[in-house]
Amino acid sequence: MSALVIENGRVIDPAQKIDAKLTVVIDDEGNIADLTSKRVRLPNADVVDARGAIVCPGFIDLHVHLRDPGHEYKEDIDSGTKAAARGGFTLVCCMPNTEPVNDNAAVTDYIVKRAAAVGSVTVLPIGAISKGQKGEQLADIGEMAAAGAIAISDDGRWVQNSSLMRRAFEYAKGFRLPIITHAEDLSLRGRGVMNEGSVSSELGLEGMSPAAEEIAIARDIQLAELTGGHLHVAHVSTAKAVELIRHAKRKGIRVTTEVTPHHFTLTDEVVRGYDPNTKMNPPLRTEVDRRAMIAGLRDGTIDCIATDHAPHAIVDKEVGFDQAAFGIVGLETALSLGLKLVEERQLTLKELIALLTIKPANVFQLKGKGSLKKGTDADITIFDPKKAVTITAKDFLSKSRNTPFEGWKLKGCVTSTIVKGSIVYP
Amino acid sequence: MEPKLLMTEAQMEESLSRVADEIIADGTEGVALVGILTRGVPIAQWLATIIEKKQKKAVATGSLDINLYRDDLSEVGAQPVVRPTELSFPVTGTGVILVDDVLYTGRTIRAAMDALIDYGRPRFIKLMAMVDRGWREFPIQADYVGKKIKTDANENVKVMLQSIDGVNKIVVKRQA
Amino acid sequence: MKLSLRHLLSVRDLTKRDVELILETSRSFKGISERDIKKVPTLRGRTVVNAFFEDSTRTRLSFEIAEKRLSADTVNFSISGSSMAKKGESFIDTIRNIEAMKPDIFVIRHSQAGAAAQAAKLIHGRVVNAGDGQHEHPTQALLDLFTIREQKGRLKGLKVGIVGDIAHSRVARSDIVLFQKMGMEVSVAGPATFMPFGIEDWNVKVFTDVRAMLPQLDVVMALRIQRERMGEQFFPNEREYARFFGINQAALHEAKESLVIMHPGPVNRGVELSTEVIDGPRSVILDQVTNGVAVRMAILYLLLGDTKEM
Repeated sequence: MSALVIENGRVIDPAQKIDAKLTVVIDDEGNIADLTSKRVRLPNADVVDARGAIVCPGFIDLHVHLRDPGHEYKEDIDSGTKAAARGGFTLVCCMPNTEPVNDNAAVTDYIVKRAAAVGSVTVLPIGAISKGQKGEQLADIGEMAAAGAIAISDDGRWVQNSSLMRRAFEYAKGFRLPIITHAEDLSLRGRGVMNEGSVSSELGLEGMSPAAEEIAIARDIQLAELTGGHLHVAHVSTAKAVELIRHAKRKGIRVTTEVTPHHFTLTDEVVRGYDPNTKMNPPLRTEVDRRAMIAGLRDGTIDCIATDHAPHAIVDKEVGFDQAAFGIVGLETALSLGLKLVEERQLTLKELIALLTIKPANVFQLKGKGSLKKGTDADITIFDPKKAVTITAKDFLSKSRNTPFEGWKLKGCVTSTIVKGSIVYP
Repeated sequence: MEPKLLMTEAQMEESLSRVADEIIADGTEGVALVGILTRGVPIAQWLATIIEKKQKKAVATGSLDINLYRDDLSEVGAQPVVRPTELSFPVTGTGVILVDDVLYTGRTIRAAMDALIDYGRPRFIKLMAMVDRGWREFPIQADYVGKKIKTDANENVKVMLQSIDGVNKIVVKRQA
Repeated sequence: MKLSLRHLLSVRDLTKRDVELILETSRSFKGISERDIKKVPTLRGRTVVNAFFEDSTRTRLSFEIAEKRLSADTVNFSISGSSMAKKGESFIDTIRNIEAMKPDIFVIRHSQAGAAAQAAKLIHGRVVNAGDGQHEHPTQALLDLFTIREQKGRLKGLKVGIVGDIAHSRVARSDIVLFQKMGMEVSVAGPATFMPFGIEDWNVKVFTDVRAMLPQLDVVMALRIQRERMGEQFFPNEREYARFFGINQAALHEAKESLVIMHPGPVNRGVELSTEVIDGPRSVILDQVTNGVAVRMAILYLLLGDTKEM
């Protein structure tokens, strides 16, 4: 590997409170060697001209579905990490609802090795809480941790059994693993396919009550308090849920949370028209909830932005709204949607970058990630925040095209993604 | 261009009176006057009134909507408004005199005969037209005619009637 | 004259003028069904596909008779014999395949809300929603409206009550919107478990006691109760439902003499309505069925006209 010099860019690194025109120097081992205001000329170094662009730590996504192993027709580690790189993400954490489920070290190990072999970006696996995500018996949590799992979750299925969840908190604590909850009381959700509200009533679609999410979060907060474990609430989506988390944080309970770009951008109004690409879980909520997501991002209640990148093939979506799979792809649209909040003056550019870099790194205590500190891995994203883009699903590097943002005219485009000193995109 | 007056109300009355004489001469027993919607209907009623006055005996009337039987439905675009057909007598066995305002291509009359036959088997179908302007496209002729005139293709014969237009007269307009 | 819309997917899309046109045209078409020769050549050469992805006897029969009386070529497609069920073909692919055969009108019934709307995006012809999940059943609402006007001679100011499972009913969803559009006052009655979320915003009066609602009404529509809702904890049992929300002679004691009783069918005798009420003088349930054919004929006829004014 040759050394790399990124010059003329505006370097923003919220972790170090840097916002200046600097040159980033990367050594031939892929580490950050220096940030300097001087011109640097190194023999044999490649040079990236970042004029007019932002240079920042690589984005971190705590919540993606790479569908590998088992559902490679939707996505695999190769395509999923290419999509991540195109979206400016240098590190993604992948959920365990694969086939087989990542509930044992063999699957964890497969993901780690496969990612090392073909992945464009760093992949950190998340193991299951329960065997087969069935909510009955603890998965091989310790062995998965030893194989590289950085958190555990039954994402997609809430652990309905409170006793099992309590034991999971207690057991995982010993391995310093956060527990990610997909908060949803399944009996209350019933056959719901969209947010329960005036829109679902009008459309004749079964509703998913916000209470199903709030009840689940309330219980899990109680268990976190009881056990002293670390609860990470995946994709928070209701105003009351944000309030529950805000309250728990004030009480000093170890709880963190994330929000997806679609939940801070869209509401259930877009379900009119029955586009299956507006169907996801948690569902798009109301404008009150959407505003609460933004408020949560601003006041720090919500720790970070995560995409819940959930690729689905056309056959999973073209079956009518009720039967369509939940979820949308998110890696390749996240930055532009975040920049929309900046444009609307809901967030500053620095805040947005922190929510995509150091803050998610801190949630999972990813050492040496999320900043441009000297000596750390040179994971760097360079983007042009002003460039106009039109979301075009057929240009996605993901295998799947399930986005509700097709045709949206936004701003912001990743120009280079660098992982450990190597340019992985374009 | 100013429309040309073809017939006044008095002239229409005079023509209808002559037609009434012809119909009475042919026999009105078991005969009904059926106006083709829209403008055929008031003419049929007008004619029936004259016949009743002359022979001191009423003659049955009805109205027929032919829109569902048109041969140009696939071409005309917007669907014509369909109104109820009202035939208060059994069509089977009745001698029906169809009444229309203007006899032109004959297509309306073809549709009217098809429509009528779907209601039963009339003893006969005859045709009365207020104005016969020529330009037939089908082998159809009127049995009774109020006035026969020669027209150009770009002329439009309009029979105006009290109940629809507020005045009884017939005009010929040249289309731009 | 033409409708302001290309497909009939939801009664929300209809203007008042569209509704008037459909009602007027239906009146004319009703006569055809009363003749010996119940057929007009109007849709000769047109192809109508009845795509029924959900079981339905009455609605399909009604559409098929309407189509045949207009001389259309009718093709029926139902889920049981379809390639979709057997081969796992996606709904959208099935629609694309039918579209490739160029039907003029596509009548679609599906158990999923929004199915007709999704199909309409792919169809060059016209789409008629014959019921999509719990969303809408616009032709049913129009025939209900036609029947009410036939009975009452007017619509504006009439008080209509709908009784039963409002939340899961596509008929209720279409009826409420259409009736209100035509100036009628709508109230609903039933157990609170059967009220849709946010009904407060629907501009309807909500009763939990059907007997309290009945005396003010000009028209009452009882909805069919699905037995499977018992298993889902919406109500305890049919006996209790009949006792508190069913309509029998005793419940009608204080109702207006002129009250008209309707039901979209099929009726669970003794549950929503007692047998005396179903077969009694105020019931127009069979008129609804008769009128269904005329209204569907009118809709098919009107949907095929557009492009230019007469």
